[in-house]
Amino acid sequence: MTQLTIDEVKRHAGLARIAMTDAEAEMFAEQLEDMIGFSNKLQEVDTEQVATMTHPLPLYNVLRKDIPTDALDREEMLKSVKEHEDGQIKVPTIL
Amino acid sequence: MNFETVVGLEVHVELKTDSKIMSPSHAHFGAEPNMNIHVIDLAYPGVLPVMNELAVDFGMKAAMALNCEIAPITNFDRKHYFYPDNPKAYQISQDDRPIGANGWVEIEVDGKKKKIRIERVHLEEDAGKLTHTDEGHSLVDLNRQGVPLIEIVTEADVRSPEEAYAFLEKLKAIIQYTGVSDVRMEEGSLRCDANISIRPFGQEEFGTKTELKNLNSFNFVRRGIAYEVDRQVDVLLSGGTIEQQTRRYDEATGKTLLMRVKGPANDYRFIPEPDLTDIHIDEAWIERVRAEIPELPDARKERYINDLDLPAYDAMVLTLTKDMSDFFEATVTAGADAKLASNWLMGEVSAYLNAEAKELDATALTPEGLASMIKLITDGTISSKIAKKVFKELIDNGGDAADIVKEKGLVQISDEGTLRTIVTEILDANEQSIEDFKNGKERAVGFLVGQIMKATKGQANPPLVNKILLEEIAKR
Repeated sequence: MTQLTIDEVKRHAGLARIAMTDAEAEMFAEQLEDMIGFSNKLQEVDTEQVATMTHPLPLYNVLRKDIPTDALDREEMLKSVKEHEDGQIKVPTIL
Repeated sequence: MNFETVVGLEVHVELKTDSKIMSPSHAHFGAEPNMNIHVIDLAYPGVLPVMNELAVDFGMKAAMALNCEIAPITNFDRKHYFYPDNPKAYQISQDDRPIGANGWVEIEVDGKKKKIRIERVHLEEDAGKLTHTDEGHSLVDLNRQGVPLIEIVTEADVRSPEEAYAFLEKLKAIIQYTGVSDVRMEEGSLRCDANISIRPFGQEEFGTKTELKNLNSFNFVRRGIAYEVDRQVDVLLSGGTIEQQTRRYDEATGKTLLMRVKGPANDYRFIPEPDLTDIHIDEAWIERVRAEIPELPDARKERYINDLDLPAYDAMVLTLTKDMSDFFEATVTAGADAKLASNWLMGEVSAYLNAEAKELDATALTPEGLASMIKLITDGTISSKIAKKVFKELIDNGGDAADIVKEKGLVQISDEGTLRTIVTEILDANEQSIEDFKNGKERAVGFLVGQIMKATKGQANPPLVNKILLEEIAKR
């Protein structure tokens, strides 16, 4: 079984921008270990003859025509942002 | 030590659909900030993206025009990153099953032909636009968020800045011909990044590469690569090592500047996009799209050389843009001599467009108009000199050359009797010049021809004037 370290859990939490205490990381490490265990079980199945699946539903080619319709009203949108200027959303500069 | 330049290019091309790739928002360029937005673009809770069929068609069309294989089954993936240009915190892109792969583009540099391989062409959504202010904040415009893009990734086959330039020019022409994009770098509908490394000649292993961004014209791509190669050579020769970096081309100085050092933390955590279904592409779909691909620049070039007897250079220049090429063909179809049509389009027309900073379709000139003028030159009705006057009128105000010639009284004088009378008058008034000519001063003839042209307001048929002039001098 894979040994998931607290550092690894914290690294993934960091990538997802999730703040996590050591205690939480320890708890999640255990839970994630279980999940990895389940998928390892699946690895034992011979899938040589099974096609790649990226979606659980037997659906494909759900497409729409290229027709522009309802836009979101800018003033409505700006009501839900913290700060705005000249119709644009104002955010701290991150380079 | 001699180093070999190794470059791979990543080109993003915005597709010219009316609506966005996964939302029904308008997708056109140039709208007021945040006017082309939809709840899907802004990732409001509970929204469901639905794929735009035309974006898939366009992606396939571009991939096929670049000689790619089309994937029978393709899907979308989430590429996670945190930046205010994308409210979802992930970009919907394609990871391991791109719509097209294994293509190539043929380029020609210094008379040598070479294929640059295309590793992949995939569909994805564009991100919003950030404007950084001096006051420590940035302004976000999400109009571009969700505009359909294709990313074209080449193999590291490019070996010089010139090859990179030739590749981009060819790629731009091909995409433009397919009609899936405006490919205007100045409007951001074509963008290019370059991965650059060097290695000692003969070494198989690639050197460490740097990624060069902010290349806003093909010339900057060429200069940026040249600068970056020199920089890497200097680092290696002075005993240093190349660090994996993202660098920015600075237009003002022509240098490349460090943006960030690439660490191992570059983990996008790709997962299949659960909100979009797979796309199955069958032969019928491929054939429908293939049938919509028009004749591409190389095929046209060959046809101009073989069927219209144009020099290779003319064929190359005329096929660089679809506008020019289409105009040329329509002019020939309207009855103009192909070589003359080519000369006028590459010469006077191009000069006019450059001087006025205009596109061909923004002038009053029509293929029929240009053809009508060329026909008048071919049948001797007007001289090339007069044609320039007619041309000015045609490109400024449009119309038909025959009408302009009649209206302005520009018909070439080709009547021998009329010309002989004029020649006689000029000779009578310039006896000294006849004397000079007989004493061996060839230039005196030029002076006399000038006088005749002046008297006829440039309308005399030049070969005929020469002939009659020499005959009349001989009589004296």
